[in-house]
Amino acid sequence: MPALCKTNCGNKAKLKRPKTGDALCKECFFSAFETEIHFTITKGKLFQRGNTVAIAASGGKDSTVLAYVLKLLNEKHDYGLKLVLLSIDEGITGYRDDSLDTVKQNRDDYKMALKVLSYEELYGWTMDSIVKEIGKKNNCTFCGVFRRQALDRGAAQLGVDVLATGHNADDIAETVIMNVLRGDIARLQRCTDVATASEGAIPRVKPLKYAYEKEIVMYAYFKQLVYFSTECIYSPNAYRGYARAFLKDLEKIRPTAIIDIIHSGEVLRVKENVGTRERGVCERCGFVSSQKVCKACVLLEGLNKGLPKLGIGKSSKVNKMREMKMNPVVDF
Amino acid sequence: MMTSECMPVTLEFGGGAELLFNNLKEHELQLPNSRIWTVRELLIWMKDNLIAERPDLFFHGDSVRPGILVLVNETDWELMGELEYEIQRKDKIMFISTLHGG
Ligand SMILES: [Zn+2]
Ligand SMILES: [Zn+2]
Repeated sequence: MPALCKTNCGNKAKLKRPKTGDALCKECFFSAFETEIHFTITKGKLFQRGNTVAIAASGGKDSTVLAYVLKLLNEKHDYGLKLVLLSIDEGITGYRDDSLDTVKQNRDDYKMALKVLSYEELYGWTMDSIVKEIGKKNNCTFCGVFRRQALDRGAAQLGVDVLATGHNADDIAETVIMNVLRGDIARLQRCTDVATASEGAIPRVKPLKYAYEKEIVMYAYFKQLVYFSTECIYSPNAYRGYARAFLKDLEKIRPTAIIDIIHSGEVLRVKENVGTRERGVCERCGFVSSQKVCKACVLLEGLNKGLPKLGIGKSSKVNKMREMKMNPVVDF
Repeated sequence: MMTSECMPVTLEFGGGAELLFNNLKEHELQLPNSRIWTVRELLIWMKDNLIAERPDLFFHGDSVRPGILVLVNETDWELMGELEYEIQRKDKIMFISTLHGG
């Protein structure tokens, strides 16, 4: 039989928290989970009273829990926020159309406005048509670059002050590892930030930064939140898959591994000007870019000219290697 | 004392794990009562008899793949002895994948 809840509330423990190892009952777990997110929000000053906040909603577990908890905390602690849902429709039949139904359910359940923005209306291409053109290689590059910008564009159209995404602690630790393995110094510096503000773009925040995946899933399960879970029908992200499996194995041996890696990412200090490029705006579309023409526009040009390889691989990698050679040191 | 032939057990799958089990979220099992069943033995049985595709996405060694959560009667199996838990009549064992996109 399971132990009693660690808080001496008298209830039976229902789960072991991955972060602390504490055995907690449902109610005490809910309270700990929500309080930690509240703490992340207040300590990081993620929002200001009167802000309109777009929640990047995919219909998956993270954004579903994020929308639920933000609504709850906004009411409980009177943040004074207006919350709206923003979804991107990549145009993947049998995947995104189903998950959008889940987002619509969120919209009705939480009484938030929902904006859906499609790749088709933004770029003139759906992921289905892109895959038809280029095959299943590199399609994740297109999807990732387009999604990132689509969220910026959607947030701009909605006129929101902040964009909140559902990145959780496991995601961020994976991203740290992936950026180390790729030697992507610029992203390594940014990826653990709880809030990122770059000129010309709407600030992004990660209220679930310290929430473990296990807790998010358990929270959704115990609260009976409905979310959509399936793999993208086009090649799952293999590289992230390896990073994830590696992390989970580490966690078995050392339960604090995830927080430790996030902490490492946070305290990494990179010598000034190493690998960080000036960020400006794209001369074609006007959205944030570190190059004259942004990645989304280069990829789009390739698609439209029938040269889908444009913007993929080589040149950026060569540039990156060149930078690294000149500035090989990463200090802690 | 009456001993019935079989032990009824309910397995539930969620979070995408059901995709590996014929897309069925609930499976009613009758396990032969001739021996004690631990979760460890249940997993071996599932590997041999129940999983429909890609077992490597669900099993790892003699356990489940890290990232698959297991609940025994709505309680985290980490509080119940994990693989050593002895399954009882009418137990509900739930497997939730955390590995599917958020
Ligand atoms: Zn309690
Ligand atoms: Zn552009």
